[in-house]
Amino acid sequence: MKARIITVFFIITALLYLAASIRLEKPPAGKLSNYGLFTGTLSNLEPAADVVPYALNTPLFTDYAEKLRFLRIPAGSTIAYNDSAVFEFPVGTVLVKNFFYPRDFRDPSKGREIIETRLLIREENGWKALPYIWNREQTEAFLDVAGETRQVKYIDGSGKTRQHAYYIPNMNQCKGCHNHYEAMAPIGPTARQLNGKYGFAGSQDNQLAHWATKGLLTGLPADGQLPRGVRWDDPSTGSLDERARAWLDINCGHCHRSGGPASTSGLYLTIHEKDPLRLGIGKTPVAAGRGSGDLQVSIAPGQPEKSIMVYRMQSTDPGVMMPELGRSLNHQEGIALIKQWIREMEH
Amino acid sequence: MRLSCMILFFYVFPILLTAQETERKRIQSRFILAEDGETIELGEGRFVIDATLSMEGKKQITIRGKGMDKTILSFKGQASGAEGIRISNCSNIILEDFSAEDAKGDIIKTMHVNGITFRRVRAAWTGKMSHKNGSYALYPVSCEKVLIEECVARGASDAGIYVGQSRTIIVRNSKAFENVAGIEIENSIDADVYGNEAYHNTGGILVFDLPDLELKRGGNCRVYNNKVWENNTANFAPKGNIVGRVPQGTGIILLAANNVEIFNNEITNNRTVGTSIVSYYISENPIKDSSYYPYPLAVHIHDNAYSRKKQRATMKGRMGKLYRFKLRFGKDVPDIVYDGIPDEKILDANKQYPQDKRICIRNNRGASYANIDAANGFKNISRDMVPADCSLPSLPGVKPWF
Repeated sequence: MKARIITVFFIITALLYLAASIRLEKPPAGKLSNYGLFTGTLSNLEPAADVVPYALNTPLFTDYAEKLRFLRIPAGSTIAYNDSAVFEFPVGTVLVKNFFYPRDFRDPSKGREIIETRLLIREENGWKALPYIWNREQTEAFLDVAGETRQVKYIDGSGKTRQHAYYIPNMNQCKGCHNHYEAMAPIGPTARQLNGKYGFAGSQDNQLAHWATKGLLTGLPADGQLPRGVRWDDPSTGSLDERARAWLDINCGHCHRSGGPASTSGLYLTIHEKDPLRLGIGKTPVAAGRGSGDLQVSIAPGQPEKSIMVYRMQSTDPGVMMPELGRSLNHQEGIALIKQWIREMEH
Repeated sequence: MRLSCMILFFYVFPILLTAQETERKRIQSRFILAEDGETIELGEGRFVIDATLSMEGKKQITIRGKGMDKTILSFKGQASGAEGIRISNCSNIILEDFSAEDAKGDIIKTMHVNGITFRRVRAAWTGKMSHKNGSYALYPVSCEKVLIEECVARGASDAGIYVGQSRTIIVRNSKAFENVAGIEIENSIDADVYGNEAYHNTGGILVFDLPDLELKRGGNCRVYNNKVWENNTANFAPKGNIVGRVPQGTGIILLAANNVEIFNNEITNNRTVGTSIVSYYISENPIKDSSYYPYPLAVHIHDNAYSRKKQRATMKGRMGKLYRFKLRFGKDVPDIVYDGIPDEKILDANKQYPQDKRICIRNNRGASYANIDAANGFKNISRDMVPADCSLPSLPGVKPWF
């Protein structure tokens, strides 16, 4: 009798538990492996036949995490080229971004820890962002809408052991950046970001040319007139101004643009911005609060130390720092670039 | 044996899982998974949250606690996110009966929400009044149909209750104290602010129009039946912020605001000024936004009750200097001050604004007045209220939408 009561009780609980977990796993796939984006051992991130790796010239800084990007578009469909904005991707596109830390930045053979994989999926009615968090065993990544804080540990390029918190954003925070007029949108894949070589699979082709040859991309200018691919950290690819603007564009411009979440600040940092005031030169803050750091203007030409922009880049206080998401460390090299840019500005 | 294994799996495992999850993760999941139309109940207790709680793209959600003294979300020690709670791109959201405290940035920010109600919500920094506190306690920006009622805001290093770049706003029966600005309406259209108490701030109630913003020109703001007293706290805003220029001891200040009606308020013991009407030029910030209009116009201040102790204005800041060395009112500080910087382009032959654009001050109990002639280096300061004696048609006010 007692055993029967226990059994009934146990069945009811099991059902409740199942119901709860189904509800939690309501969005498309609970596991990254369900998408069939990779072949072989999942953590090798070996792309399946229809999956193309790509890289950006100037990527967003995310606490020195390395990234591997891939994309998949449905067979027979194509991406439409344009020279200024993010490409138009067909319905069914999956953009894949893996965030990982090499155990030793000096020696890739020592392996890596993949932290998270973010998917942007183009559906009929728009883009959808889905964050997957890898387990410690590196066998699978699971959909996790609520985000998480991870401690990461690695040896950096100078041989120093580093340990810090890494914040995996929650699903809503995806849209903190991927937001244009309140619609979810990709940020990276533009002509100027993709115009460059990617040494995958032994190929030294230009990525855009490679995509066009594979029949993935239409409308690539035949004359080869592509927007310059500026790498923020490579002076051979652009002037100081171009590199600083490229860095600001990818790190700040997704929010600080018309229709972006930071448009209420009146500060616009996309690569297309021409108005010095809107770019922050001599601009007083609106609602920066203590983010102003007791300084008067966003950019004081010639005076990086008097520029709110630099002050906020140099902070890791969540109420002050910019960008406000996606980092717990300062991007020292990016800060150095922006400081130099402001220092050398005409005044 | 097998049974005990299964019991372990179905009973203990979920409990362990729950125990491991932080409070944030639990609440955050509910914010994300909520179905449109749902009510999310927050239980009694103090919940320590380590990162922003965010809601995105939802309709008709109510987030309801057990009361502002019973359900407390504490963001003390927050490690990530620029606000405590962030709600964006939603419609018809109700936040009620809870407290949110000590966020690193703003406490509750709502952006692009059509229909946002804050009801009996307390948002506060609980420690000292410090420039290290975040900017805004309640912070709807770029919203439409904003209702803030019976709320409490305390400790903000900018504004306790701040409505910016929004349309159709009611702020009523709320309390804002020990902030730099108690209640601020900025670059917003159609706002009613009434039945509130603003006290022990640097400035009680602010109506501002600022340059360089997307929503350029606010207007149609009524401020009435409020009690605005003893806003004598030293300004603790971080520098660079316009609110840092608000003089200690300000009751109500209108900066470059147009079509504003201030009436039936009790404005008491604000040591520097009961109500000031100023242009953006008084901030001494340069204006680079060519489409910005820096002058206050069509301001109607009537039927308020002013009283103040006989004491000097603040000695602090630029304004303190101005009062000491230029204005020299001593202890006979005027209750209502107009900066006297007019828009020359619309003045008529008698140096008057057209009837419908005037600054009108009439029938205020206990009020003294000064036009400080800031346009001419304070040369012709006038204490005569007669030139400002006029009235404007009442503003229609905000039609309730709820």
